[in-house]
Amino acid sequence: MSSLLQEMTDKALALGVPLSVQLDLTYRCNERCVHCYLDHEDHGEMTTVEIKHLLDEMAEAGVFILTLSGGEIFLRKDFFELLEYARSLMFCVKLKTNAVMIREKEAARLRDLNIQSIQISIYSHRPEIHDAITLVPGSLKRSLDAVRFLKSQGLRVIIANVLMTENMQDYSSVRALSAELGVECTLDPTVTPMMDGNRSVLKLGVDQNALRQVFRDPALVGDVDEFCAIPAKASESELDALPCSAGHSACYVSPYGDVFPCVQFPLPTGNVRSRRFIDIWRHSERMNEVRSIRVKDLTTCTQCTHVTQCTRCPGLAFMEGNMRGPSSQDCEKSFARTGIPSANMLSRRRPAPNLVQIRALPTLAGATA
Amino acid sequence: MSRLYVARNPRVAARCLDGEMMIMSGRDSTLFTLNKTATILWQAADGATPLDEIVEHRICSEFDVEPADALQDAEQLARELASHEVLQISDQPIPQRIPGGPTRDAGGSR
Ligand code: SF4
Ligand code: SF4
Repeated sequence: MSSLLQEMTDKALALGVPLSVQLDLTYRCNERCVHCYLDHEDHGEMTTVEIKHLLDEMAEAGVFILTLSGGEIFLRKDFFELLEYARSLMFCVKLKTNAVMIREKEAARLRDLNIQSIQISIYSHRPEIHDAITLVPGSLKRSLDAVRFLKSQGLRVIIANVLMTENMQDYSSVRALSAELGVECTLDPTVTPMMDGNRSVLKLGVDQNALRQVFRDPALVGDVDEFCAIPAKASESELDALPCSAGHSACYVSPYGDVFPCVQFPLPTGNVRSRRFIDIWRHSERMNEVRSIRVKDLTTCTQCTHVTQCTRCPGLAFMEGNMRGPSSQDCEKSFARTGIPSANMLSRRRPAPNLVQIRALPTLAGATA
Repeated sequence: MSRLYVARNPRVAARCLDGEMMIMSGRDSTLFTLNKTATILWQAADGATPLDEIVEHRICSEFDVEPADALQDAEQLARELASHEVLQISDQPIPQRIPGGPTRDAGGSR
């Protein structure tokens, strides 16, 4: 983050301004990615008018960075109308898409609307792997064609590569492909549970060995020794820190108008169809509960060696049952990085205290027999 | 002497935070912040009002400054912002293509 953006974020935090919002325009999608956490049925998306009204409210509330995502955003027939409206309100707009519907015409229109960046999911450089994850034959070709169209318009394109067992071997080639296309590449080794809490998709995620390999790849982490070093003991100020931006300077709004602290933190805090966005942001009890938590309030994590360096996600912790608790997926990452088990892992391994064994006493009659 | 017209560049992203504008350039995503005076200038830059009028009505009325000095400073600022493609400047009125503007301020009390 640039120092000026950090300064602005600090200022927004002090003023209680939601600087950054992800708005999902739809959960419908034209791909069926095997690891996706969404229910793709339309359960009553906000209308064009409702979304424009929400954008007005968000501009008024001070939202600057607006990430439009889904589902697949281009499935909304009013997508360009909404984007044009958002840009007229001078949001800094970032898009997340699978890009299969972007051809030259759409790319030129996106350039004219001056979006800040467009992130496109690419799982592999090999169609047989990428298409097997999206479950749509030909999808890799279409997405990569779109990357080229967008790049030729001078847009900032980011390839997002989610790592799973199925595509683990391909991340270096995806990075090489990104470099060849002249675009950025991000790698995410976390598969997220379904919005309804179903954790079955997690089995698709990479294992400890793969995580270790990724965290020891200098092309990804830079100085491996520094990246994998055992963290120093937490200082007072580190314990006073905020766990992450969710509910502090950022939040998420679903296609149905529900407001959450983050896309990965499914704690409903209110609905913009019945309450003003700013009122939910400022006054929702749940949002304020999330906001009240400091690192020092975390139950297990404060006892953990990793607490200062851990990528712990409060949303994932919430999905495990406690927003103040550990997130097992981040425990796995901390362990893979340093080789030191987390406090959460240790507490699980600890044998259960000895139970008093209750055995039937021999009957008196038996004893004397 | 020809008059200078100034307009917000519709290619930027912008939001007002506690009376100060933050602006992201559409050219290279560089982030700028404007102080309170520059923010007034930006907000008044509608492409139709000449810079001298903006200075007279919006800046001199609010700050205790000499009109000639204020205009000179404003011109310098406008040219600098134009060099970063944050503002558009012209000796003719500048028609605005995209309606709406970032004139609202976020930063009231919670
Ligand atoms: S750590 Fe989790 S809850 Fe926090 S911003 Fe990141 S994804 Fe959202
Ligand atoms: S490794 Fe696990 S227990 Fe330790 S700080 Fe991270 S989430 Fe908490």
